[in-house]
Amino acid sequence: MNPPTALIAEDEPLLAGALRADLARLWPELKIVALAGDGQQAVEQALAQRPTLCFLDIRMPGLSGLEAAQALAEDWPDGAPFPLLVFVTAYDQYALQAFDAQAVDYLIKPVDEARLVACIGRLKHRLALQQGAAQALQDSLAQLRGLLGAAAPPPQPRLQMIQAQVGATVHLVPVDEVIYFEAADKYVRVVTKEREHLIRMSLRELLPQLDPALFWQVHRGTVVQARCIASARRDESGKAQLTLRGRPETLVASRLYAHLFKGM
Amino acid sequence: MKPATAPAQTALQADYLLPWPRVRIQLLRGAGFVLLLCLAIALLLGATGRTSFGDALLHSLLIGLCCWLLIDGGRHLLSHLRLRARARRGLCLDLPVGFPGWPWMVVLMLLGMTLGPIAGTALARWLSGEAWQPPWAAFGGGHLTWIITLLASVASVVTLTLLERLGHARAAAEAARRVAAENQLKLLESQLEPHMLFNTLANLRVLIGSDPARAQAMLDRLIAFLRATLNASRQTMHPLATEFERTADYLALMQVRMGSRLQTQLSLPAELQDAAVPPLLLQPLVENSIKHGLEPKVGGGRIEVSARREGALLVLEIRDSGVGLADAALSAGGGQFGLQQVRERLRTLYGDRASLALQPAPEGGTLATIRLPLP
Repeated sequence: MNPPTALIAEDEPLLAGALRADLARLWPELKIVALAGDGQQAVEQALAQRPTLCFLDIRMPGLSGLEAAQALAEDWPDGAPFPLLVFVTAYDQYALQAFDAQAVDYLIKPVDEARLVACIGRLKHRLALQQGAAQALQDSLAQLRGLLGAAAPPPQPRLQMIQAQVGATVHLVPVDEVIYFEAADKYVRVVTKEREHLIRMSLRELLPQLDPALFWQVHRGTVVQARCIASARRDESGKAQLTLRGRPETLVASRLYAHLFKGM
Repeated sequence: MKPATAPAQTALQADYLLPWPRVRIQLLRGAGFVLLLCLAIALLLGATGRTSFGDALLHSLLIGLCCWLLIDGGRHLLSHLRLRARARRGLCLDLPVGFPGWPWMVVLMLLGMTLGPIAGTALARWLSGEAWQPPWAAFGGGHLTWIITLLASVASVVTLTLLERLGHARAAAEAARRVAAENQLKLLESQLEPHMLFNTLANLRVLIGSDPARAQAMLDRLIAFLRATLNASRQTMHPLATEFERTADYLALMQVRMGSRLQTQLSLPAELQDAAVPPLLLQPLVENSIKHGLEPKVGGGRIEVSARREGALLVLEIRDSGVGLADAALSAGGGQFGLQQVRERLRTLYGDRASLALQPAPEGGTLATIRLPLP
């Protein structure tokens, strides 16, 4: 077996350096292949380097550690073993409860040596009995679904009308006419049967204002109105292709959400 | 008596429910008080030798219980009806339970003092097998029963009502104290944000091994910051130079954490160094700039804190090159508590003469401006 490799995602340089030094001392076989200072970089580096382990700080600029893990799970190439994830946080009471509930590995900053040694022991154990890549990915997906569910913000008053501004004109779109929402950088594309609009808000901000029974998140960047989904076809990588009523294009439901589509 | 503000609250209160456990305690306490008083009266009457103790006890108990039923039962019934009517009209329900107001209390007492002895005496005569006679005839002989009933009723009503109103006032004061304590705790928690504290300690732990001199300098900054935070609630004013030093401490701590991602600049003109400002006024704004502006920004950025004089006003500016207001609103929390707290402190100290404005900085990021009168 190849020596294990790791990525460290931590925006505070001293802490990243310290974790790297501690790991080098306590786990000499482990090779640190990438250091990332923000969430986006962490995802890119991990996809490029395919490390065995990822240490992800929770609060990072760009993407949070949790969002980075979600992106990795959705974009991870088929067949490659999914990395073991270790979340690192200074103080996130609710996150820690969720980690415990999902049996996810985590470290609390300041990281003391005894805890790091225990964590390394657990990781080595899990690497030794590493089942097939497919099973490891399924386990990680189940954990991430649990974490994302626990991290969901509380629901807000339901949005009835989308107000999309173009120049001096504001277009009003009833929410139930929206077929799907798609994240586009700092904007969200609002797609109806006839046309589409851009609104200047993030999907993360929009999501709590939608009724989750009517609007299903199927990807970290896509939310579809359930009654507009005509069919879902699962492929071997665990994703699903969605065809829509009222729109010709197809959407992709990621591995994290494809379980929503199963026969009755 | 202020009308309830939130419509949702009104809707809830329109369905006023009797707080039965509290009413029960009040009724039982009243009954206990009346029984003791009746016992004392019977002992007193028995001691005078005018009547036997048993007879006096029977009379005083029955009269006392009739009065209690009329007055105590009546006041709870009236107060309940009044609270329910107020609830229907959506008015504030912050009234003591079981107190319908003094005018009604006087009416109830007159009623109780007239009907109580009549009913009580009639019952006592019936129970002891004496011949029935019209109740008013029972008082033909003397006014002693009336006088005793009057004194006992007034004593019970005044004592019980005062006790209950005292309890109500004490509960209200207790609630106010609790809210104040919670606010104080929230303020302290917002200033001693655990995430900031533990990350700082984690950096300190690393520096102790790798660069002890820098660790010591960082620890000094942390100590000064903690001391200032804990003292802030006690101190009313300090010089602007001190305020800038505390801001510098905080920024130095953040700079160790963020490394090259954070650049800072503080400029305080010499003539403004002694201007008096409330302690840690800038800290929540600087913290907002970092937490919601610069920390979420991938490349980091710059924060500038400056002071200048504009006529009779002192103008303090915190300018950051962070993600800006619209995006900052997206990150959880939004820093509303910090802003609200600065606004409240300014209002308490300066009324309308001070202000805090938050706006997008022309070159991107956010600009917070405090204006306050120079003494």
